[in-house]
Amino acid sequence: MEVLFDIPILGFVLQFIAYLIEAVTTTNLAPQTLQLATPIALGALCGIMNERSGIVNIGIEGMMLTAAFVGFMVAMLVHEAMPQSEPTAIFGFTPALVIGILAAIGAGMLVSALHAWLCVTVRADQIISGTVINIIALGLTGYLNRLIQPTGSAGTLDPFRPPEFLVDLPVVGWIFRMFLAVGPITMSVIVFVIILQILLFRSRWGLRTRAVGEHPRAADTVGIDVLKLRYRNVILGGIFAGLAGAWLTLEFNQSFQNGMTANRGFIALAAVIFGRWTPIGAFGGALLFMFSEALGIAIRSNPPEGDLGVFLSGIQAAYPSLYNNAFGAMPYLLTLIVLAGVVGRSVAPAAVGRPYVKEGAS
Amino acid sequence: MTQTVSAPALEMRGITKRYPGVVANDGIDLEIRPGEIHALLGENGAGKSTLMNILYGLATPDAGEILLDDTAVTIAGPADAIARGISMVHQHFMLVPVLSVADNILLGEETMANPIFLDRREAHRRIVDLGKRFGFDIDPEMKVESLSVGWQQRVEILKALYRDARILVLDEPTAVLTPQETKDIFLVLQRLADEGHSIIFISHKLFEVLEIADRITVIRRGQVVGTRIPSETNEDDLAELMVGRNVQLVVDRGESHPAEPALTVNDLRVTDDRGQESVKGVSFEVRAGEIFGIAGVAGNGQEELVEALTGLRSPTAGQVSVAGKDVTRHGPRALQQAGMSFVPGDRHRFGLVLSFPLEDNLILTQYDEAPYSRGMVRNDAAIRAWAKQAIAEYDIRTPSATVTAGTLSGGNQQKAVVAREFSRKLTTLILDQPTRGLDVGSIEFIHRQVVAKRDAGAAILLVSAELDEVLELSDRVAVMYRGEIVAVVDGPTAEREDIGLLMATGRRGAAAEAALVAATHVTGPGVEA
Ligand SMILES: Nc1ncnc2c1ncn2[C@@H]1O[C@H](COP(=O)(O)OP(=O)(O)OP(=O)(O)O)[C@@H](O)[C@H]1O
Ligand SMILES: [Mg+2]
Repeated sequence: MEVLFDIPILGFVLQFIAYLIEAVTTTNLAPQTLQLATPIALGALCGIMNERSGIVNIGIEGMMLTAAFVGFMVAMLVHEAMPQSEPTAIFGFTPALVIGILAAIGAGMLVSALHAWLCVTVRADQIISGTVINIIALGLTGYLNRLIQPTGSAGTLDPFRPPEFLVDLPVVGWIFRMFLAVGPITMSVIVFVIILQILLFRSRWGLRTRAVGEHPRAADTVGIDVLKLRYRNVILGGIFAGLAGAWLTLEFNQSFQNGMTANRGFIALAAVIFGRWTPIGAFGGALLFMFSEALGIAIRSNPPEGDLGVFLSGIQAAYPSLYNNAFGAMPYLLTLIVLAGVVGRSVAPAAVGRPYVKEGAS
Repeated sequence: MTQTVSAPALEMRGITKRYPGVVANDGIDLEIRPGEIHALLGENGAGKSTLMNILYGLATPDAGEILLDDTAVTIAGPADAIARGISMVHQHFMLVPVLSVADNILLGEETMANPIFLDRREAHRRIVDLGKRFGFDIDPEMKVESLSVGWQQRVEILKALYRDARILVLDEPTAVLTPQETKDIFLVLQRLADEGHSIIFISHKLFEVLEIADRITVIRRGQVVGTRIPSETNEDDLAELMVGRNVQLVVDRGESHPAEPALTVNDLRVTDDRGQESVKGVSFEVRAGEIFGIAGVAGNGQEELVEALTGLRSPTAGQVSVAGKDVTRHGPRALQQAGMSFVPGDRHRFGLVLSFPLEDNLILTQYDEAPYSRGMVRNDAAIRAWAKQAIAEYDIRTPSATVTAGTLSGGNQQKAVVAREFSRKLTTLILDQPTRGLDVGSIEFIHRQVVAKRDAGAAILLVSAELDEVLELSDRVAVMYRGEIVAVVDGPTAEREDIGLLMATGRRGAAAEAALVAATHVTGPGVEA
């Protein structure tokens, strides 16, 4: 093996693969990827709930941000009211955190309800509705954040500590680490993805949702209440945006910063398209997008050795800012590439973006 | 179920419905008895679909009342109509293309394994059983978008039957069916009527109406102009009642003077959505000044052939040339520029943008040419003027040129497509079901136009499920059977029976009859017998 690493270029590639394998199996790369992918995947689930029923939602970003803010503030208030409550042994739940998560979910649903009303009842342009939500969310949370100037803390959720023997298992140990050595919201994602995937393709709700997103009139003529279904799905989708917000301030970070969603809501939309409007596909997209960022963190904390290491530190020395930002920029770059490459071939639900008017064509 | 013949199952009284600029229904009275097949006849835009939409809760009447079994009811929406035992096959398919046949049939009336999940296996069994009972051999797993229009029509009918309605409305269910397919469906309808269901049947084909209906109600411009019993009327009488003038049911096509070949197809092979070769090496040429008809049971490769010729589908092998120029695999745009016009079989999918104004639809294939555009700017005056002319010339019944195409009645939508395509400078004309859903008067008009185009030197390819249409117009007739052209015969002297046998069996004479006896019914797509 070592001999192969000396081959020019190909040697680099092999070294890189070897590094990847090592990083995945021995470091935190895998759980880190899943963690970073969590808000993207949750945002994507929100997007799928909307778009499958025929509503464009580019306001995921704003919904997440609102939820992150509300979740944090509520949790902080509760925490200050009852500072001495003991966190639970697993995940470190406190009443403050639980109420904070619920508040975040509530905020997500509330903003979604606004989106639903604008899109379904007012029949506003759905892109505009989403944009309005994004702008208002960014402005309002930023303003309130400055007004309140929160100094307290809300506490954070802890990752689960899986039994050592599972994590140390050869070959498969890293999979357990990936899905178990993470916080509760991150862990819930995989459950939501699977449940939603099954419901979408096997349940009555899923069939009706897909029909309404493809051909609302056909759904209407068999007695399905198109408007009601759209309302319901958009509002329920808000749960996922809310959870993504809670993840930001209650699991991943310990405070709220202005604009902290950092366009994750838009990457989530790219994941929806990448995954062809299926929960599992979108989840795969989220993992793919965020893997590069996790890899950047891994490389910095645990730089590769040998020629590859020398090469990378060479670049770092020559172009420090490029090097330090390259991995952080990767998810956005990948998003661009995917949008340019996949968009044409991935087909959206036919009726997406078009308000439904009951009495109409012959 | 009520057994007394006199008590109507359904009564509609004084139904009035106004749309901006038109009175679609003007005090219509309709009475349907139990176990009766009641036909509705009327010109395009007469108000038939509107009346049925009101019955089905899709439109609210401005005046009038609906009585079911002598009790006045308000039908709030389709869910309400379904709950009251009314089921409807819509004029334009209400199928979700990306869903399977089974999912489309289930939708809204799901068979459940438990409160959350569908029981697809049970549903499939019921659909296959239902299909068998009515002679449709259908694969519930197929995606609807890969079905031919004829089969989509069957799915629509199965969907209505699955709901087990006592009043079944069929809005032009036979518009895209071949005579054999229509016969199959009539057997189904007759059986349902015998079981006590009431059926409202809309069609523009007078002989069909005479064959199947117990009573016929004729509507003209939103008003009932008469009710007839088939034994006391005939086609000419009905046509006159509908249109208000004498209609020539068969146009005189005169003699053709074919010149050089304008459309040449050489060993064309086309694969369908399921990856099966559905056009298997077809060769023919259509000469300028000639109408070349293609007859065949739906699903024998005609759709794929037309799609390949018009640039909607890429052939796997073979050549197509227009006026001597090789245009194989050229897109629709390039073909149009080469002088090809195309009237598609599915006007909603290919022919029109339903949410655009009628006037814009009338220039969809010429919007960038003079006089409709000046540089990069629309020339609204020219567009308006042409729209006005087209509406008058083609008798498009519409309150104005600016209403969206979706609000026109089905037949008037068709006239808009025909008007647009016929008005272009063209050398080749591809017609796929050009008179789908048109009333007798309009058919007469369109047929005249087709003949005029031919006499002006266009090469015309006519594909129609309507055998009579093919025979009436074509100078030569090709029969397509399982992806091949099995015979080309001279149009004016072709024998209807002969062609019918060729369509059903791909063979002629005694061999064909033997084959016909062997086959019990028409087989489904994908179920190669
Ligand atoms: N949603 C609507 N908005 C406005 N006008 C409409 C609408 N639906 C129908 N109309 C008008 O009502 C009239 C009757 O249309 P309808 O569809 O009932 O005709 P039809 O008898 O079914 O004709 P066809 O045989 O062509 O299908 C037409 O003039 C049509 O333009
Ligand atoms: Mg109609």
